[in-house]
Amino acid sequence: MKKRKLLALTLAVSITAATLLSGCGSSSSGGENGQVVVYNWGEYIDPEAIAMFEEETGIEVIYDEFETNEMMYPKVEAGATQYDVVCPSDYMIQKMIDNDLLMQLDFSKLPNATEHIGEQYWEQSRQFDTDNMYSVPYCWGTVGILYNKTMVDEPVTSWSILWDEKYKDNILMQDSVRDAFMVALKLNGNSMNTTNEAELEAAKEALIEQKPLVQAYVIDQVRDKMIGGEAAIGVIYSGEAIYTQRENPDLEYVIPEEGTNIWIDSWVIPKNAQNAENAHKFIDFMCRPDIALMNFEYITYSTPNVTAQSMIEDDDIRNSSIAFPDLSQYTNLETYSYLGEEGDALYNALWKEVKSY
Amino acid sequence: MKTFFKRFYIAIIFIFLYAPIATLIILSFNKSKTRSKWGGFTLNWYISLFEDETILQALWNTLLIAVLSSLIAVVIGTAACIAMQSMSKKMRTVFMGITNIPMLNADIVTGISLMLLYISFGIRFGFSTILLSHITFNIPYVILSVMPRMKQLNPHTYEAALDLGASHIQAFFKVVFPEILPGIMTGFLMAFTMSLDDFIITHFTKGAGIDTLSTKIYSEVRKGIKPEMYALSTIIFITVIVLLFVINVSGKKSSQNTKNKAQR
Repeated sequence: MKKRKLLALTLAVSITAATLLSGCGSSSSGGENGQVVVYNWGEYIDPEAIAMFEEETGIEVIYDEFETNEMMYPKVEAGATQYDVVCPSDYMIQKMIDNDLLMQLDFSKLPNATEHIGEQYWEQSRQFDTDNMYSVPYCWGTVGILYNKTMVDEPVTSWSILWDEKYKDNILMQDSVRDAFMVALKLNGNSMNTTNEAELEAAKEALIEQKPLVQAYVIDQVRDKMIGGEAAIGVIYSGEAIYTQRENPDLEYVIPEEGTNIWIDSWVIPKNAQNAENAHKFIDFMCRPDIALMNFEYITYSTPNVTAQSMIEDDDIRNSSIAFPDLSQYTNLETYSYLGEEGDALYNALWKEVKSY
Repeated sequence: MKTFFKRFYIAIIFIFLYAPIATLIILSFNKSKTRSKWGGFTLNWYISLFEDETILQALWNTLLIAVLSSLIAVVIGTAACIAMQSMSKKMRTVFMGITNIPMLNADIVTGISLMLLYISFGIRFGFSTILLSHITFNIPYVILSVMPRMKQLNPHTYEAALDLGASHIQAFFKVVFPEILPGIMTGFLMAFTMSLDDFIITHFTKGAGIDTLSTKIYSEVRKGIKPEMYALSTIIFITVIVLLFVINVSGKKSSQNTKNKAQR
C-alpha cells in the first residue's frame, strides 16, 4: 500500500512537471518580435557595436558564441536554437549551402555591404559561395610564417624553411588537419583542396619527414610561444601576427611565395531564422564603415570593408602588408573548400598516420 | 635516505597538483596579456573582471545551475534510493545498473541526445534546458553515494519509530534521514562539482544568449583567453581554500566540544 502511494505521488509530480515544461515550449512561437539572435565566434565583435545597434534600431540582440565551426554546425543543423545571423568560415559556409541550411540574402536590404565591401573580397568569396548570394564577408586573413629575426638571419620566402634542419626543435606547426596539409601541399605546388591520393600521399610523406624537426603541434599557443621567444618559426594566422608583433617587435610575418590559405569569415542567415528582417539590418549595420572600424580595432583581424580600412588612423596599420596584403600580387591564394565526407575522411586518416608516426 | 625519498615523492606530487594553479594565480597579476611575458604587477584584471557583466552573468548562471540542479538531484536521487531499498534484491541490481549507465555514457552522447529530445518536445532552449540536463546527469551520482548508506541502515529502527506512533514522514526525517545524511552530503557535493565544470552537455543544451563559465571560457579559445578569467579562477580557488579551512577548523572544534562533553 505504501509503495503504491509513493508511486502515485512520483507519477503525479512528473506529469505536472512535464505539462509545465511543454507549456513553456509552446509559448516560444517565433516571428518578428524585435529580436535578432546572433551566433558568432568568441571575442569576435566589439561589445560596444552591439550596444549601438540596439540603441539605434530598438532591436534586442541575443548574442551567443561558438569556438569552432565544427561545434557550431550541429547546433544550427539541429535547429535547437533558431539563430538569425551566424558567422562561419568559408568551407563551412559551402557545407551549409550544400546541405540547404542557408537563406538567400536580399541585397536590396544591405546597401552598406554592397557599397563598402571591397570587390576583391566578393571575388574571393566565390570560391565557396559561387554567386555571392548567401554570405557577406566580415573578417579575413591569410596563413603565413611568423619568424623571430634574432633567431633566423636569412630572408624567409618559402614554406621550405619549415623543413630546414638548422631550425630543429624551433619550428611550430598548426595542429589541425587542413592547415598542416595546406603547408605541405603548397610546398609541393599542389592545390590545398586536392583529393588526389598521390598528391596527398606525397604531402603526408613530407609532413612525416618534417616531424622530427617540429618542436610542437599547437593551435593558439603559437602566439604566446613566439612572443616568449620559445621558437624561431611558426605557422600563424595573419590576424594574430599583428598582435604578436606589438608584443615582440623582433617578429616578422611573411606570406610564402608558394601561396597560402586565405580565409574569410562571413555573415550568413540560416534558413530557419525567425527574424530575417532584423538579421539583414544587423548584417548591414556591421558593414557600416564606422562600425567595421570599431570591430577591426577590437579584433585586429583584417576587415574586408575598404572604406573602414581607409579610415584607420595609424599609417603603419592602414598600409600594413600583414593586415592588408595586396591580393592582386598573389595568384596562388586559395580558400578551403568543403571536401565532402569522403574527402574529410581521407585527410583525417592521413593526418592520423602523420601524428602517430 | 629513505626519508629523503619520501619527502621528494611528496614534493613532486604537490608540485604536479599545485604548480598549474600557482601559474594561473601569478598570471592573474600580469600586466601583459600574453602568457609568456611578465609585464609587471597589476590589479587591473580584477577591476575589469567586476566591470565585465557577461563574465559575472556567466558566473551567476553557473552557480545558480549548480546549486539548483544538485539540490533537485539530491531530492530525486534520495527518493529513488528509498524506493530501491524496498525492492527485491534482483530488481535492485537491475535498477542500480540502469542508473549507472548514464555515468559511463560519453558526455557528448548525452548532450546530443538531450538536445534532440528537447527539440522533439518543442522545449525552448535556455536556462531551463541546462538545468534539466544537469539534474539528469547528477541523479546517478547522488544515488551512487546515498545507496551504500541506505544499505547500512537497520530497517528495524524505522519500524520501531512507526510502532512508537510516528507518521511515515516523521519516521523518515527523525530516524532515516540523519543516518543517511552523510551520504546525501557527499552526493550533493559530487553533483555540485559535476555541474560546475560540465562543458559539453551544457554546450548542446544551452540556448542563445546564456552562458556558463565553462562555455564562456571555451568560446574565448580562438582569440586567447582573457586574463580576467585568470583573476576569476584565482578568486574561486581562494574562496574554496578558505571555505575548506573554515569547515575543517570548525569541524575540529565541534568534535572536540562533544568529546569534552562526553568526558564530563
